[in-house]
Amino acid sequence: MVITYLIVSVAIVICLFVLRNRGLVFSLLGLFLVWQGWFTVQACLHFGTTDAVYFTYDSLGILLLVTLSIIAIPAALHSYIYIENHYEPPRSRSIYLGSLVLLIMAISAGYLSNHIAVTWIFTEITTLSASALIYHHRNKLALEGTWKYVFICAISITFIFIGILFLSLSLQHAGSDDLSFSNLLVKSKELNPVWLQMAFLFIFTGFTAKLGLVPMFTAGIDAKDTAPAPAGALMASVLMNLGFVGIFRFYIVIANTPLLHWAKLVVGIAAFLSLFVATVYMLKVKNVKRMFAYSGIEHMGIVMLGVAAGGIGYYAAILHIVLHAFVKSSLFFQYNQLYRVFQNKSITHIGNYFKYNPTGAMVLLLGFISSAAMPPSGLFVSEFLIFKSLFDAKQIFVLIAVLLLLTMIIWSFGKNIFKVLFVPAEGFDDSKVVRTSPWESLSQFLLLATAVYLGLNPPPIFVQLIKESLTLLPL
Amino acid sequence: MIHVLLIIFIITLFYMAIANRLMTYIKVLALQGVLLFFVVFFQLSKIDPFNLAFILLETIVFKSLAVPIFLSYLLKRNNITREAEPFLPNFVSLVITTSIVVVNILIATVIKDDHLDKIFFVVALSTLFFGLYLIATRRKIITHVMGYMVIENGVFVLSLAIGNEMPLLVNLGIMLDIFASVLILGIFMNKIGDVFKDVDVDQLSNLKDY
Repeated sequence: MVITYLIVSVAIVICLFVLRNRGLVFSLLGLFLVWQGWFTVQACLHFGTTDAVYFTYDSLGILLLVTLSIIAIPAALHSYIYIENHYEPPRSRSIYLGSLVLLIMAISAGYLSNHIAVTWIFTEITTLSASALIYHHRNKLALEGTWKYVFICAISITFIFIGILFLSLSLQHAGSDDLSFSNLLVKSKELNPVWLQMAFLFIFTGFTAKLGLVPMFTAGIDAKDTAPAPAGALMASVLMNLGFVGIFRFYIVIANTPLLHWAKLVVGIAAFLSLFVATVYMLKVKNVKRMFAYSGIEHMGIVMLGVAAGGIGYYAAILHIVLHAFVKSSLFFQYNQLYRVFQNKSITHIGNYFKYNPTGAMVLLLGFISSAAMPPSGLFVSEFLIFKSLFDAKQIFVLIAVLLLLTMIIWSFGKNIFKVLFVPAEGFDDSKVVRTSPWESLSQFLLLATAVYLGLNPPPIFVQLIKESLTLLPL
Repeated sequence: MIHVLLIIFIITLFYMAIANRLMTYIKVLALQGVLLFFVVFFQLSKIDPFNLAFILLETIVFKSLAVPIFLSYLLKRNNITREAEPFLPNFVSLVITTSIVVVNILIATVIKDDHLDKIFFVVALSTLFFGLYLIATRRKIITHVMGYMVIENGVFVLSLAIGNEMPLLVNLGIMLDIFASVLILGIFMNKIGDVFKDVDVDQLSNLKDY
């Protein structure tokens, strides 16, 4: 089934690249959404089985796949609005839509793969498709963003490959050459610890480019800034989750070896540094899109702190990435309507958004509340659990430092968002402001509401899926 | 024989550290491709002939012909000046490269593993870190690309060390090599040459937070 999915999706991508007819291209996009939905349903029905040797419909994969398929619908919708508003030439429209479909396909396959090399291959494909999306505007800034993204991702992909090589050396001591996660787990006691440490360092560093963590986070920021916002929404939510999957599946293996404490230390240091870096940038950032992107770094730092703390932190980490995907993508989807009013990214030239588009302003306000993890946001629950896990792990000083950093982030985020919403921008001529339809904000409200619902009143199946993805971890 | 080749490979790194002209870098990259060709030929004796032929073809055609020719074409097409313009003097470069190699030798001595030939480990990691060093200390974007090619070569050496047991990984490495090189070289160097007149990293600083 996965093979059929990949073949049909690739066929759609090729058709999108080749065809130029407007109606045909958009109906192909619609067709892909139906196909993605059908595949997701099929994946849920075949829960727990292995397909085409390298893909398993396990709980973590299914959970994130459903998240992706939900976010893909508004992403396609807003891409449609974006393209129609910008009068894109047929060629650039085709490339944009084709790359978008390729990105969604690669992320889906990456979630489900049970073999580290296959995850790696699909991560490579996401780099390819994301770079085409980033280069969409074809100007100097887009080129700079694309170049940085491609170069850093190429290096990090090489790092993951080196990690895989070290892992295979480690596995040779166990007398095996099968690099699937399940086999690694079976042999985890016999793996050579030195090579395993090297492997973890390289694989972790490599995947941080996608996850958005220190040291490789810079590429993602430029990418989300220069890519069109609907594509940026995918990069800021589901693509980050792919990085998380890559790290987390390997982390499960290493957690079953005596190296658990060392791995926790590595992850914890990277997570704390990410929070620190996010704070520093949040305090001085004046570009709305980059502000959203840095907020993503902050959240991924919190998620990885949960993983490092262990215990209830594992549960909270997975809850957090799912909820964060909904919240952050809705903020990015709203961005284009903001830009349409002010024609500017810089916060100094934006202001009093409530006057021009009250519905959209509500999205920004609710998105800020959700992203800052204030109740009733769903992220409040997961962040609270992560703090609790830090407390349980007796990391009280880390907790205090984290809370201080978060306070600064919320202060800075809030200051900027309230400036955007209420304070009039100097010298802004509002005679030419185009009116935005309130219906364009509907999908954002739905996504934010989903995050609240899943956080405050999680359905039993959701809780069970998260718990099942943690069964292999020693608690 | 393999050891001799790999030691020559390390020497090329030292040469690269003090080279001044971009053409020298390109020639060294081509030489590294040829060296890797012979290393593959002697090292991968146990894998099936078709796969071996494919890997040999990749090293000789892609690493030592296609990439260098394309790089020199880019140099001419974009009128890039021939100096490498390092941030640090050559002497410091040489000292740092030496210390990279020495540290890797020390690490390899500490690790001790029967499954891995020590020299492969030293060469691979030295090349990797030297590539990163090259990227960090040269001003032009094209030297960044060359640094990346050096990293690729280092990774390739590492994959050869376990190539007999896991030929699949060597093929994956080649896939990475071709994929990333084509992506980086083919698409973007052309565009960057068109848009940025003098290709220099200082021009890539327009994406700001404010």
